[in-house]
Amino acid sequence: MEEQDKPSGSFAMYTVGLAFALLLTGASFVVSQTDLLWAPGVPAGLAVLAIAQMGVHLVFFLHIGTGADNTNNVLALAFGVLVVTLVVAGSLWIMAHLNANMMPASAIMEMQR
Amino acid sequence: MSAHAATAGLAEPEGEESRDHSKDGPAPVRIVVAYGFWIFLLSDIIMFSALFASYAVLSGQTAGGPAGRELFELRHVGIETLCLLFSSYTCGLGILSVERRNTRGFYVAFALTFVLGATFLGLEVSEFVGLVARGAGPSRSAFLSAFFSLVGLHGLHVSAGLLWLCFMVAQFAAKGPRDFVRRRLLCFSLFWHALDIIWVGLLTLVYLMGAR
Repeated sequence: MEEQDKPSGSFAMYTVGLAFALLLTGASFVVSQTDLLWAPGVPAGLAVLAIAQMGVHLVFFLHIGTGADNTNNVLALAFGVLVVTLVVAGSLWIMAHLNANMMPASAIMEMQR
Repeated sequence: MSAHAATAGLAEPEGEESRDHSKDGPAPVRIVVAYGFWIFLLSDIIMFSALFASYAVLSGQTAGGPAGRELFELRHVGIETLCLLFSSYTCGLGILSVERRNTRGFYVAFALTFVLGATFLGLEVSEFVGLVARGAGPSRSAFLSAFFSLVGLHGLHVSAGLLWLCFMVAQFAAKGPRDFVRRRLLCFSLFWHALDIIWVGLLTLVYLMGAR
C-alpha cells in the first residue's frame, strides 16, 4: 500500500533556502561586528535579520506555504507566533516596569534595620 | 411557502458541501501526521520562548561576574552556526533521496547530517567546559544561569535529535522505505529544521547582541 508521492520540496528549493540563510547569517555577523549600522539601531537590525531568516527556514526547509493542505499548519503557526510574542514581549515589558519601580537596594536595607 | 424556499435554499449548499467532502475523502495520513508533529514543534517553541524571555530579562544581571562580551567567541559560534545550517540542508537532501528511492543518497546525506550535528554538539560542550573552568558556571550569576539553561536545552534537543537520527537510519536499513518509515523520517526532518530555527533566535539574542 504505497502512499501517493507528493514532492515535499526539491533540490533547487533547499539550495535556494541554504543560500538565503547563509546570506542572512553573514549579514547578521557583519551588522553586529562592524559600524555599518548606526549603533543604537543594531539590535533592531539584528532582530529583523533573524526574523527574515526564520521565515526563510519556514518556507524553504519546512515548506510552510500557501498550498491548500497547508492552511491548518499556517493557522497553528500564527497561534504559536501569538503566544511566543505575548510571552517574550510581555515578560520584557512587565520586568522593565518592575525594575523601574523597584526601591533601590540601599533603601530596602534601611527599612530592614 | 417562503419557509419551504428557505429550507431548500439552506439544504442545497449543505448537500453540495457533503458531496465535496465525500469526493475529497479524509486527508492523507502523511499530511495528518505532519500536522500533529507541527503542533508538537510549536509547543516546543513556546517552551523555548519562556527561556528566551527569562534570558532577555536576566542578561544584564551579572552579579559582578563576567558579562557576555568577555565570554563569547564569535568565531567559535560562527562555526557552530554553519554546522547546524549545513546539517539542516543535508537532512533535507536525505528526505528528497528517500522520496526518489535513492537509498545510497539517503545514507550519505544522513551520515553528513550526523557528523555536522555531532560537531556542533562537540563545539558547544567544549564552550561549556571552558566557561565552567573559567569560573563562569551556571551558579555564578543570574545571567549565566539563564544562559546555560537556554543554550543547554537547545543542546539537549540536538542530542535527542542525533539519537533519533541513528534510530531512523537503523529502522530504514531494517525495514526499507515503507510508508511508516518515511512518515517518521519526515517528522525527524521537521524536528531538525525547527532546531535550526531556534538556533537562529539564540545566535541573535544571546551571542550577537551579547558580544557587542
